[in-house]
Amino acid sequence: MNAFAQHFAFEFRTGIRNRTLLLMNYLFPLGFYALLGLLFAQLNPGFIQVMVPAMSVFAVLSGALLGLPDPHVTAREAGIFRSYRINGVPTLSILVIPVLTTMLHALLVTVIIAITGPLFFNAAAPVNWVAFFLIYLVMALAFAGIGILIGVISSSSRITVLWSQLLFLPSMLLGGLMLPTSALPASLAKVALILPTTYAMSAFDGLAMHGAPSLDPWLSLGVLAAGGLLAFAMSVFLFKWDSKNVTRGRHPALALLAWAPYLVGLLLSF
Amino acid sequence: MNETVIQVKDFRKAYGSFVAVDGISFEVERGEIFGLLGPNGAGKTSTLESLEGLRFPDGGSLRIAGVDPARQTRQLRSLIGVQLQTSGLPESIRVDEALRLFCAYHGKPPRDELIDRVGLSEKRTAQYHQLSAGQQRRLSLALAVAHKPPVLFLDEPTAGLDVASRVMLHDLMRELQAGGTTILLATHDMAEAAEMSTRVAILMRGKIVALGTPLEITATGAGLTKISVRTECSSLTAPGLSFPAVAQTMTEGEYVIFFSRDIGPTISALIAHLAAQGDALIDLRVERPSLEDRFLEITTKGAAR
Repeated sequence: MNAFAQHFAFEFRTGIRNRTLLLMNYLFPLGFYALLGLLFAQLNPGFIQVMVPAMSVFAVLSGALLGLPDPHVTAREAGIFRSYRINGVPTLSILVIPVLTTMLHALLVTVIIAITGPLFFNAAAPVNWVAFFLIYLVMALAFAGIGILIGVISSSSRITVLWSQLLFLPSMLLGGLMLPTSALPASLAKVALILPTTYAMSAFDGLAMHGAPSLDPWLSLGVLAAGGLLAFAMSVFLFKWDSKNVTRGRHPALALLAWAPYLVGLLLSF
Repeated sequence: MNETVIQVKDFRKAYGSFVAVDGISFEVERGEIFGLLGPNGAGKTSTLESLEGLRFPDGGSLRIAGVDPARQTRQLRSLIGVQLQTSGLPESIRVDEALRLFCAYHGKPPRDELIDRVGLSEKRTAQYHQLSAGQQRRLSLALAVAHKPPVLFLDEPTAGLDVASRVMLHDLMRELQAGGTTILLATHDMAEAAEMSTRVAILMRGKIVALGTPLEITATGAGLTKISVRTECSSLTAPGLSFPAVAQTMTEGEYVIFFSRDIGPTISALIAHLAAQGDALIDLRVERPSLEDRFLEITTKGAAR
């Protein structure tokens, strides 16, 4: 097994061994899914139409925004990246591997949801499974890219939590997971257009569930893909091996460039 | 012919207006254990980290086996092994996983026998956070030597180790040295530096203030040799006595202690005095100034400037 594969296998196991990551990758999204399936689906019958994609997005949100950034900050602060650097671990491995393992954990949760949702909660199954998993990959890349970018630019774990929550909560409330964005007031619907969740739900709705999204689903997919790639590119650009060596530091505000595709999406809506 | 492995020439490192290392030069030959000593803030870490390729020099040149650490990082990785002061491993990584992972990144087959060599056989599947501080340092050492590097950097390797672990580490260092590995040892432990190093450099405020073998360094100081003498009739305690090269005399229990600048004349005169007085020598101890004494002498003098 080569170094990348060994590193990937270790990181994947860490996502299960580490209690916090186990919670964020599996227990929280599956618990929330079960809760919504048992209670919310009865309160809002329309929810079962989008339950599978919405809970898939939630699983990715949980793993990528709440689980992914903090271990990156902790590793940098603990000198783990210095140790990696001395031993020839490349920057790309440090950034790519957690992104891929987070996507894989969320994919396993998504598969569980996609299989059990229709069986236990009468949720609508994806009409086009290929499109469903393609959108999943693009959406997971977009969120994992943001997650690793938060880890790269955050100076401490506390700041990480702040940035993650700043995205997580609006994504939950405004991104079309619990309520369709069409039900939002016009001003909040515009705000929702700077959230990746909105584009993810639109792409799922239009291409995998054959619904009637308010946004062009292909445009949504394009925005997500561009956002994910840009976030990851900015992570590589802003990456620091350690927090003490500031001689080559780049300003973390540059991370905002990763939001350009979502702002383009917002501008196109006017 | 001796082969220079580490070459530091007019090396300078600054952080803003603060000059951490101010034009130091030294060379380390193949198979040497070279001690880098100095008080906190003397420039040891900046020198080590620049040699390890973690920082860029602001002046001068650094070479490890002809490789520039700042520019040829890929070649550097196979040349050096580093035991960092803070070990820096993920909490949940297992001992065997860590060894396999680092060997893989160096393109080497796993060396599981190293786990036994550093006394971690029973902790093979333990996660990093389950190890004691000493065990973590031993793992860090195993990782540093896993790819059989010709140059090894050890930063405070015995800090926090128990006596047995310390002996094990010193044995391993000697074994590596015998195999031709060059070791750069940064330590605050003067006894360790004196015992293990073939040569040492003492850094003070970014400059080398002493360089040589531990014996050379202790010999060049103004340090006085302590001569403790116990005799049957205590003839050395008589008032008004003076002996050549003795700077200070004191008594401690039944011993008379002389601090001598030159032990030859002092001891000869002491023996002659005892013979003349018909006194018999019970015990005589000579203690040369240690590396620690010399280090304190240098650094105290440097700090006072």
